[in-house]
Amino acid sequence: MTSELVPERPDTITIYERSREGRRAFVSPETDVPETPISELLPAGAIRKDPAKLPEISEPEIVRHYNNLSKKNFDLDTGFYPLGSCTMKHNPKLNERVAGLPGHSRLHPLQDPAYAQGALELMWNLQGALSEVAGLPHVSLQPSAGSHGELAGLLLTRAYHEDRGQTRTKVLTPDTAHGTNPATVVMAGYEVVKVGTDEHGGVDIDDLEAKIGDDVACLMLTNPNTLGLFDRNIERIAQIVHGAGATLYYDGANLNAVMGISRPGDMGFDIVHFNLHKSFTQPHGGGGPGGGPIAVSDRIEPYLPRPQVVRNDSSNGHGPSFDLDYDRPKSIGRLRGFQGNYGVFVRSYTYIRSVGGDGLREAAETAVLNANYLKALLAEPGIAEQLPIAFDRTCMHEFVLSGSGAKQNLGIKTLDIAKRLLDHRVHPPTVYFPLLVDEALMIEPTETETKETLDDFARIVREILEEAAQDPEIARNAPYSTPVRRLDEAGAARNPVVRQPL
Amino acid sequence: MTRYTSATDADRAEMLAKIGAGSVADLFSEIPEAVRLQKPMDIPAGMSEQDVYDHLAALAGRNRDCEAEISFLGAGMYDHYVPALIDSILSRSEFLTPYTPYQPEISQGGLQVMFEYQTAISELTGLPVSNASLYEGPSSVPAAGWLAIQENKRTRFVVSRGLHPHSRETLETYARGFGATVHEAGLDETGATDVDALAALVDEDTAAVFVQQPNFLGTVEDLGVLSEAAKRTGALFVCAADPLPLGILAPPGEFGVDVCVGEGQTLGNRLDFGGPSFGFFAASEDHIRKMPGRIAGETKDVDGRRGFVLTLQTREQHIRREKATHNICTAQALNALAGVIYLSWLGRKGIVELGELMLRRTAYARQALPFEAINSGPVVREFAVKVPDMDALFQAARAEGVNPGYRLGRDYPEYQDGLLVAITERRTKEHIDKLARIAAGVGAEVTA
Amino acid sequence: MAESYPADLLYHPEHDWARIDGDEAVFGITWYAQDSLGELVFFDLPEVGSAVSANEPYAELESVKAVSDVYSPMSGEIVEVNAALSDAPETINDDPYGQGWLVKVKLSNPGEKDSLLSAEDYKGLLSQ
Repeated sequence: MTSELVPERPDTITIYERSREGRRAFVSPETDVPETPISELLPAGAIRKDPAKLPEISEPEIVRHYNNLSKKNFDLDTGFYPLGSCTMKHNPKLNERVAGLPGHSRLHPLQDPAYAQGALELMWNLQGALSEVAGLPHVSLQPSAGSHGELAGLLLTRAYHEDRGQTRTKVLTPDTAHGTNPATVVMAGYEVVKVGTDEHGGVDIDDLEAKIGDDVACLMLTNPNTLGLFDRNIERIAQIVHGAGATLYYDGANLNAVMGISRPGDMGFDIVHFNLHKSFTQPHGGGGPGGGPIAVSDRIEPYLPRPQVVRNDSSNGHGPSFDLDYDRPKSIGRLRGFQGNYGVFVRSYTYIRSVGGDGLREAAETAVLNANYLKALLAEPGIAEQLPIAFDRTCMHEFVLSGSGAKQNLGIKTLDIAKRLLDHRVHPPTVYFPLLVDEALMIEPTETETKETLDDFARIVREILEEAAQDPEIARNAPYSTPVRRLDEAGAARNPVVRQPL
Repeated sequence: MTRYTSATDADRAEMLAKIGAGSVADLFSEIPEAVRLQKPMDIPAGMSEQDVYDHLAALAGRNRDCEAEISFLGAGMYDHYVPALIDSILSRSEFLTPYTPYQPEISQGGLQVMFEYQTAISELTGLPVSNASLYEGPSSVPAAGWLAIQENKRTRFVVSRGLHPHSRETLETYARGFGATVHEAGLDETGATDVDALAALVDEDTAAVFVQQPNFLGTVEDLGVLSEAAKRTGALFVCAADPLPLGILAPPGEFGVDVCVGEGQTLGNRLDFGGPSFGFFAASEDHIRKMPGRIAGETKDVDGRRGFVLTLQTREQHIRREKATHNICTAQALNALAGVIYLSWLGRKGIVELGELMLRRTAYARQALPFEAINSGPVVREFAVKVPDMDALFQAARAEGVNPGYRLGRDYPEYQDGLLVAITERRTKEHIDKLARIAAGVGAEVTA
Repeated sequence: MAESYPADLLYHPEHDWARIDGDEAVFGITWYAQDSLGELVFFDLPEVGSAVSANEPYAELESVKAVSDVYSPMSGEIVEVNAALSDAPETINDDPYGQGWLVKVKLSNPGEKDSLLSAEDYKGLLSQ
């Protein structure tokens, strides 16, 4: 595919391979105190003998190295990224600007609260907004990611039951759940019990009723679920779970579909986690950082992590003041250091204030509109035979297709379609999840994409399928235009090389 | 429409027609009426970009940050200088806005960064295997504990009281889920971990022993002696470390440390009122299949070109589910990128020069301040002293734009009059002399 | 290698085979199993001397993006493991019935073989 006029791209080299003895980027501040020998300041056994083999390199070379590396990444600011379950919506640029203000970015986490009133007020306001989105009265911003919020939720569940003198041993998770759910259950000391999916793609109520009991601590649920479907039986599910004395946990991965439209608290959930990097525009950063605040009902509140932001309304005419409350005797304790990912809070709060309550609702509406529109485009003849929809209902913010047709009719797998999409400069959907759909493609277009982008994506998918009907080898060997082609992942796993020998 | 969506009325009409729906509301008909929100949310209306900027700037203005005062605060996060090239590189869309690298062919930048980062962490810790980072420091401590439980099926954790209070508390929180108990060994009169007390707590059921280097008071621990005490019964020896002083300190891996974890903020990350930063996690070779989180590995593509992938993914939650080695989903890729850029910027010689500068200024500060030491042992960048009248010191210092440090009383009742003072390369002799002068003034008042 | 199910082996519905020789048997996974898993990257060898029970998992096999339990067709005690697989798990892909064998077991109940499938029956199961 490469034109013969284009010289071959050189193999990549690492920052360590760019190192040349004697080069440097760092110039130390002057030593303005006595130059006491190090041997007088540290015991001999504590002093490093061989310096860490960090690179020796000048600033221009560092900048070039990382700028060149950056160009080997596909990113959301450059193209369509319909990665299901990840909510790749636009990351507003204002967020970065305000997060970089020294008053936010250079504030020490242990600054006396009296001198961090702006930060604490921001956190208080963000808590209020998240509480309103969740329909639950209390929020802790502390968890660092969705998985961290899940663990918080199950430790809260444990504390709640134990406080009532109950020992419960099981947590229910649907077979469509994200892998984090069962992994979290085990870390929280519970046994995983799977609940099946019914023919409509929702929780199998009969199976739930068979598995619920007074040994069940919690049901973890994503709604809309990972098939992109809203569980119509949610009220019945809540009734069954609460009837057994268990808590109902809301995995907020798919919250983007229902902001301002339906609230987990109103559905009967006790604990909700938010993914600030999904619904609330924190950039994903190539895999972190994120934020995973939780909202809870009154009965869970006493156990929330320490510290909590509190507001004191003064009577002397000054405005309210804010503080950190550590005196929470029933708290599960800390989940991490300090107060959480404040830099993420600044960005998400900025987003919320930019669009407002109505804007959040509009985001959800448009996300659902875009998903259903794209679903309709991909249900047209020529595509639908190869990529049938897994559950044919009105979807929410995402939907799941099965590559079973393409595999059978064209001899190409979902993976091949994904790889061929790369040549079209589109990020592929999430593939091979959820597990119960054969050759799954999970597509989430988000609200920030235009109709033209969705039309274009459908056209590309059609082209790939038509091309495969002519010659499946093209997709099987794709991609061709990327910085590297298919990589030997088996070799990497058999003989892991996880650092550079120096 | 909001400024972040593009659907015009015409678009909507056309799209709804294609879908076969009468209105956007129809798309939500699957949601039972009873659980639909019937009113607008109580969240203020959206604002113009400039109005939002002004609001956020006003909030920032009500914080006293490290540019607005001379801060001796440390205690886990430090006011180190973050070089400009980090801001520049991190603001690139190609690093800022991708998801985790599930498609390696179009994620080589991020994956190579992880590989370079892992190499740097391995060099600093002296351990052969590093993951691509965890959430942050204190929660990396129970991640090491969880690895230990999976390896040796034991249920006791022994911790030094020199481990950061947030790390100890986080470990306690997680331990309830793990079904483990936490037992604490105190500090001796020099501020180092009491080795005998620690040894006495380590038994046949001890899964892991945790210490910190330098410890919370700033004391450089004798890892060799602690290692011997910790590993007697087959427990894993876990060291939480500050990666920056490891430029001049002997790497934990040289002392039989099995897992080295820590807070990565000191490597080129902003303070950000506590996050986001990253946690690092390095281990000896035999624990690689029980490591938490992402790991990048080097390989080749079908044309024989060098490339990088996420490897050993069967450890992780998206594949192994309830048998996963940890529930963590991603890493702190952007923060770890800041870390590896920072380490490249410092370079092989710079990290030593910076460490030595901190060491000397800290030694100077210890002499200059008119306070009795709490930890008399060796320190690199932080130390604890007894302050007779803490409130007076803070009042006088605040008046001159100085933040004297961290009060130890909340976390260490035994050091009720304790002050923890951090000396980064940002704190000059002039700053130290100023604090010393203020302290002497307060001291004079007290004795008068 | 091409798909095959040797007639001299007995099969377990979880895609495992047994080659029985008196009161000992060698176990492995079928062509279908290795094909479904894809390129194998890791076999965590069970310990010699450990007990295995019919229809219960006794080891795990890993490909790049999947982990699969390996089920024991019969009960007994492991007397030998195929140590060569720790360095070259891909041997299971290349030669599932020969060099890619997993364990040798001293059988505690050789009569269990009556509940296993013949090659024909196993092929019938696969075609369902």
